[in-house]
Amino acid sequence: MTKERRQILIFLFFAAAVLVTPLFLKGSYFLNVLIFIGINTMLAVALNLLLGYAGQISLGHAAFFGLGAYISGILTTRFPIDPWLAMMLAGFCAAGLAFVIGFPILKLKGHYLAMATLGFGIIMYIIFNETVGWTGGPSGLSSIPNLHIGSLVFDNDWNNYYLIWIFTLGVMLLSINLSQSRIGRALRAIHDSEVAARVMGVNVRVLKVQIFAVSALLSAIAGSLYAHTMTFISPVAFGFNFSVEILTMVIIGGLGSIYGSFLGAAILTMLPELLRVFQDFDIIIYGLMLILITMYMPGGLISGIEMLAKFVMSKIRGKQSNA
Amino acid sequence: MLRLDGINKLFGGLTALEDVSLSVTKRSITGIIGPNGAGKTTLFNIVTGLYTQTSGQVYLGEKNISFFAPESLASLGLVRTFQNVELFGQMTVLENVMVGLHTRSKSGIFSCAFKIPSQIREEKYIKEKGLKWLKFTGLTDCADLNACNLPFGKGRLLEISRALAVEPQIILMDEPAAGLNSRETVELAGLIRRIKELGITVVLVEHDMELVMDICESIIVLNLGKKLACGTPREIQENAAVISAYLGEG
Repeated sequence: MTKERRQILIFLFFAAAVLVTPLFLKGSYFLNVLIFIGINTMLAVALNLLLGYAGQISLGHAAFFGLGAYISGILTTRFPIDPWLAMMLAGFCAAGLAFVIGFPILKLKGHYLAMATLGFGIIMYIIFNETVGWTGGPSGLSSIPNLHIGSLVFDNDWNNYYLIWIFTLGVMLLSINLSQSRIGRALRAIHDSEVAARVMGVNVRVLKVQIFAVSALLSAIAGSLYAHTMTFISPVAFGFNFSVEILTMVIIGGLGSIYGSFLGAAILTMLPELLRVFQDFDIIIYGLMLILITMYMPGGLISGIEMLAKFVMSKIRGKQSNA
Repeated sequence: MLRLDGINKLFGGLTALEDVSLSVTKRSITGIIGPNGAGKTTLFNIVTGLYTQTSGQVYLGEKNISFFAPESLASLGLVRTFQNVELFGQMTVLENVMVGLHTRSKSGIFSCAFKIPSQIREEKYIKEKGLKWLKFTGLTDCADLNACNLPFGKGRLLEISRALAVEPQIILMDEPAAGLNSRETVELAGLIRRIKELGITVVLVEHDMELVMDICESIIVLNLGKKLACGTPREIQENAAVISAYLGEG
């Protein structure tokens, strides 16, 4: 079986599992958790393209998520604009903004880039809070219309689940394709040696900005989907804490692995539910996880799973050859 | 082919290169030698656009490339290797060479994400070409290894394969024999000759005199940032100024 075949099979298996899961669930609670896992997976995949592949950090990705949510929310509540069109505009604006700020800030490296993106996130958070006339300020923006296709309205958990996950699967598939193309190789080349990438003819400056814009576009679409499914948004969801949470998802799941981003998103979405008994101590558990994983499993949990799978396979093969 | 005209480079108050002019003949192997600190690597960095010269011009053929960035030089067919081997360590050997074909392919982000038919064809072409260059340098067996796991000598070969994948007119090698054992150095000499036979001009900075005298058709000697001499290997070996620069005044 070739590598490509195997990857297609893995994706089909994953997609099938995602599509049949709701059939085995009772009640809306789990469905809701899975919807959030879908949205968070999109965000983690978007950040992973930037951080895991190109090696450029962003501590402000929640701002693009918020920008998508607010543009979509404002356009559909204050103007008679179709939600789908609003979603496209939201993605387009976020990508445009990323393009404009990307040129100056992506010249920075390491901690300085982290600080610049952090600053951007904080500025956007203040804008969400203070432009009360548009965003509703701290009390939020409500009665955002649902998305619909003809008479099919995405206003219940069941429909929303499929809406979100079809988008998530799409984002994952496109990102997997991208990562295995000349662009994906160029991004990883930048990560490993910027100078060698330049000598090979990779326009490092432009490519970094492009992938930053793509990452912002995907985050904004996730934000728009969030706004239209929740129908209510407020700035709290788009602050610095959430930027760090997305970053944690990417690192815990595995840098440079699309399925790793799903794993990270799933764990970080479910953990707060499981850790409710610990109340405020959950932040300590996040911190501990991050430290342990960066120390002992730098490839993230997905690399641990891959190692385990290889180990099991070699055991099985060993048994067969003995028998 | 490659012509440098009055290159000066100052680092603050330090003169690294002073009025260096030289030219390299098409389809030849040219060696640049000189004691440590002579400015050889600085010269390479200026030609490949990593440093900007204080004054002077660089021409590739008829084209003035004095202030071109490295990424634009690759598509013009000028490429280099590094003294300390700059590989993409977390990528496989084959993928490293495939990056070399970046300028010879053009699918953008969206055609790659949506896998449009022309992108699939292009990807197939990139892979075939990449495998071809691995075969040329004898790295086919390592294709699926991560580049960081290669032994040093093979890393060197990979860097050369990756540079060849750019389909250059001219390749600049910064100390290709450094860190190689004698058997590997002999193989390298053969490889450089085969590269020349492909019609590619080779320029190398090298300390291994045996290698330089063996394969180079012309040699340029730098000392303390200035061009000391140029000529055939025999002329250089007999040049009094060169001998005193290497061995000190008699």
